[in-house]
Amino acid sequence: MTALHRKLWRELRLLRGQVIAIALVMVGGIGTMVMAQTNYAALAETRALYYAEYRFAEVFARVKRAPITVLETVRAIPGVREADPRVSGYVMLEIGGFDEPITGQVVSLPRPGDPGLNQLFLRAGRLAADGAEVVVGEVFAEAHGLRPGDSLVAILNGRRQWLTISGIGLSPEFIYQIRPGDAFPDFEHFGVLWMAHEPLATAFDMDGAFNDLALTLTRDARQEDVIDALDGLLAPFGATGAHGRELQLSHRFLDEELGQLEVMTTLFTAIFLGVSAFLLNVVIGRLVGTQREQIAVLKAYGYGRLELTLHYGQLALLMVGVGVLPGLALGAWLGRGLANIYTGFFRFPYLEWSLQPFVIALACGFALAAASIGTFGALQRVFRLAPAEAMRPEAPPVFRASLTERLGLGRLLDPAARMILRNLGRRPLRTALSVLGIGLAVGILVMSRFQRAAIEEMIDVQFGFAQRDDFAVTFAEPASARAAFELADLPGVRAVEPFRSAAVRLRHGHREYRTALQGLPDGGDLKRVLDAELRPADLPADGLLLTDYLADLLRVRPGDLVDVEFLEGHRRTLAVRVAGTVHEYFGVGAYARRETVNRLLGEGGTVSGAWLALARGARAGVVSELRARPRVAAVTDRAAMVQSFRDTMAEMILTFTLVATLLAASIAIGVVYNASRITLEERGREFASLRVLGYTRREVRALLLGELFTLAFLALVPGFLLGTAMVWVLVQGFSSELYRVPLVISPPAFALAALIVLVATALSGWLVCRRLDRLDLVAALKLKE
Amino acid sequence: MGEIEVHALRGVDLKLYAGEFVVLLGASGSGKSTLLNILGGLDAPTSGTVECRGHALTGAGDSALTRFRREHVGFVFQFYNLIPSLTARENVALVTEIARAPMAPEEALELVGLRDRMDHYPAQLSGGEQQRVAIARAIAKRPDVLLCDEPTGALDSATGVLVLQALERINRETGALTVVITHNAVIARMADRVIRLSDGRVAGIERNASRADPRDLSW
Repeated sequence: MTALHRKLWRELRLLRGQVIAIALVMVGGIGTMVMAQTNYAALAETRALYYAEYRFAEVFARVKRAPITVLETVRAIPGVREADPRVSGYVMLEIGGFDEPITGQVVSLPRPGDPGLNQLFLRAGRLAADGAEVVVGEVFAEAHGLRPGDSLVAILNGRRQWLTISGIGLSPEFIYQIRPGDAFPDFEHFGVLWMAHEPLATAFDMDGAFNDLALTLTRDARQEDVIDALDGLLAPFGATGAHGRELQLSHRFLDEELGQLEVMTTLFTAIFLGVSAFLLNVVIGRLVGTQREQIAVLKAYGYGRLELTLHYGQLALLMVGVGVLPGLALGAWLGRGLANIYTGFFRFPYLEWSLQPFVIALACGFALAAASIGTFGALQRVFRLAPAEAMRPEAPPVFRASLTERLGLGRLLDPAARMILRNLGRRPLRTALSVLGIGLAVGILVMSRFQRAAIEEMIDVQFGFAQRDDFAVTFAEPASARAAFELADLPGVRAVEPFRSAAVRLRHGHREYRTALQGLPDGGDLKRVLDAELRPADLPADGLLLTDYLADLLRVRPGDLVDVEFLEGHRRTLAVRVAGTVHEYFGVGAYARRETVNRLLGEGGTVSGAWLALARGARAGVVSELRARPRVAAVTDRAAMVQSFRDTMAEMILTFTLVATLLAASIAIGVVYNASRITLEERGREFASLRVLGYTRREVRALLLGELFTLAFLALVPGFLLGTAMVWVLVQGFSSELYRVPLVISPPAFALAALIVLVATALSGWLVCRRLDRLDLVAALKLKE
Repeated sequence: MGEIEVHALRGVDLKLYAGEFVVLLGASGSGKSTLLNILGGLDAPTSGTVECRGHALTGAGDSALTRFRREHVGFVFQFYNLIPSLTARENVALVTEIARAPMAPEEALELVGLRDRMDHYPAQLSGGEQQRVAIARAIAKRPDVLLCDEPTGALDSATGVLVLQALERINRETGALTVVITHNAVIARMADRVIRLSDGRVAGIERNASRADPRDLSW
């Protein structure tokens, strides 16, 4: 080991407090980055593998009923490689001992000789044979403790039928199991089932026919062309419009999650990189400052400027290097944890989580980037330092009256406060960056509380103001309004509000969007649309209301005409005026009075279903009554759905909050501890002098702590603003057609953030005060400035 | 603050010879340090030329000057400028590791009489001892030129004499051109030649008939 290397190690040991502080921040940064990157890779790669291995379809189409002979024509469409005809539909399920409504989506298994797309992975048991057998989706089976051999009741097209569970399965089509139109998954009240083709076709009156089509394309096919051809071909059979994977529900939610991971990675990586670089900048900058003469001597003795620059560069690399391994370890731990949470929501046969070499390279890259950004200036000074000049001592620092004093408020300050302010004012950039660093910690803390608050707000608005029904009942086929109002006679039903819902494609210019047009009862109380201020809005006598997000997507403004292509009924396209926009957090849609929708469809008082308000304690009775009605295809229990969602999200939110809090605390401690160590180094002599002059320990401590707490307090308001800005970035990144997250920050979030940062400040202060107390008065005074 | 051009040295014309012990005498601000820096290749004059054994130092680039210092020059500074995180031996090794034909650090420390203090850190050494470590560090590479900037400036008379003895012995035993700058006229008595600087000019050069023994000096 050369003498220069020895110098390196000894200095590293001397700086160990600061090295640890920087490492803490590095560990946080690398940890979150690794956590997010590994999960991004795991989700994206596992999905790709799963799709390929289990032959996930590329294009999907639904029809009312098409004879199986049409298939030949479908397969002849240029670009179509394989086509799987399926039967699928929604059914009500009953499981012994569970009296809440359950909706099932039953999908047929491929017939012998079919290409067999969207294959099942069997976690247990075997595929369903012809007859009354069924494969149950894993999440649903887990939620109810179902095992092969158990049985359940399905109301198939109005007939109650006992089905025996032959296996527990997973499908690339339902990695994320969510009921279409729902805001979040509800594993207890919604399940996917697979049955053999024949019995299912018989049950749904689909003998020799299909109502669902899954296709793969040839390599050179253009998806849009195939979709156009399919829509034309299937239109006579009641097609609702084919679509690709991008509109497939499970696929879209996964895409959404991947997008969010990307936003989070970018945001957190940028913050941690910035803070680490800043801390390194202060520490190495200070070191180079105090070692000016040493550098000059080494240069005088013939050390080259590159050699010396490398020497300090190595020091910086060692300092950041300390954080790499623990950072990777933390990232691996958090990454596995997050992957575990993900496997609860996203069901793959396996989730290939691994710490791949590129992630390790990324972590090293992070450290290298922090070192380069943070020490570039200092290393440049080492490189450029003219040895002859450096022999002369550095000019004494220039002090000036602080702003407070110049404003004439100086008289209000005691000498100690004046010293604190002048010292902070002497290095305005460093002070500003310290404030920014602590502010980022405050910001992350504010942000960490955002998720819970936002979800509560979304639930409050959606289910408190907009959707206030107890049960949503959907009919298998559009029915007369009388069928809905009959439900009012059921015991325990307080109110019934029928609705008409129709699949439409909205078009404006070259932009189009597939959604549901919902016809709501005028003056209804169970489903209301809300204006921008979240007040219930009146339904226009004529025309549509669009979700504001959808209006933006389509670039339409109130007063514009939009083309409404009905994907059911007469299937015509009509130009309808947009009367206004409404605000909602979940999904996007078009709304009108029920009469308007009926009129546009050219039908009488037809309804698709009804919202019910129930009397207290009437739930179970109403459920069993509804199960007995063949017309009822699905019943959704709002309260149960919200509760189940809260339960599923609770762990995720807790984990997120905890991790973010730890990260923020590491930043706060890192920044404050460093600021105090630097202050102690720079002013140790001054503090010692004060002690010699008769200041007590407590008084000197007050000076140091005063400076730290001044920094922390200065950081609070900028921190609140930064937190709000971070939340804004997340809100922007998270908003999609599936949901928009509101920007809500509760005052307690600010208070808690402030409290945690002040506690972290006190903790670092305490650590440094122990050093201050050990200050050797005589030695400190002998030190050459 | 406007820039004011100050000429630290003007019209200096000097020849220094191998093996000589030269004392540069002058008040503070007379240009001594600037001259020393230029001789050592730490600084470059705005005009004029400097040559060492036929090699031009003026106009040489940073790497050439670095090599010149690494191979030919030893420096001793008023404030010792030891690396505090390294022991005496390691401070010397810092230089021997990059020199071409150095003596062992132990040998250099022996020459300045610090053999038994080798593993002490600078903070554990007295001022005189620190300066002697600095001298050991300067001579360990067997420099052709030994440049000392106020080597006794921070020391009391008795300790200063010890340091001067070390310098004299090295000059005698290694034959290095030794240039000592000082404002202390007493030291001039131990030189072969005394060069007086005043206001950036050479005010006079004297040759001593004989070199005084440092032990006979005091101030």
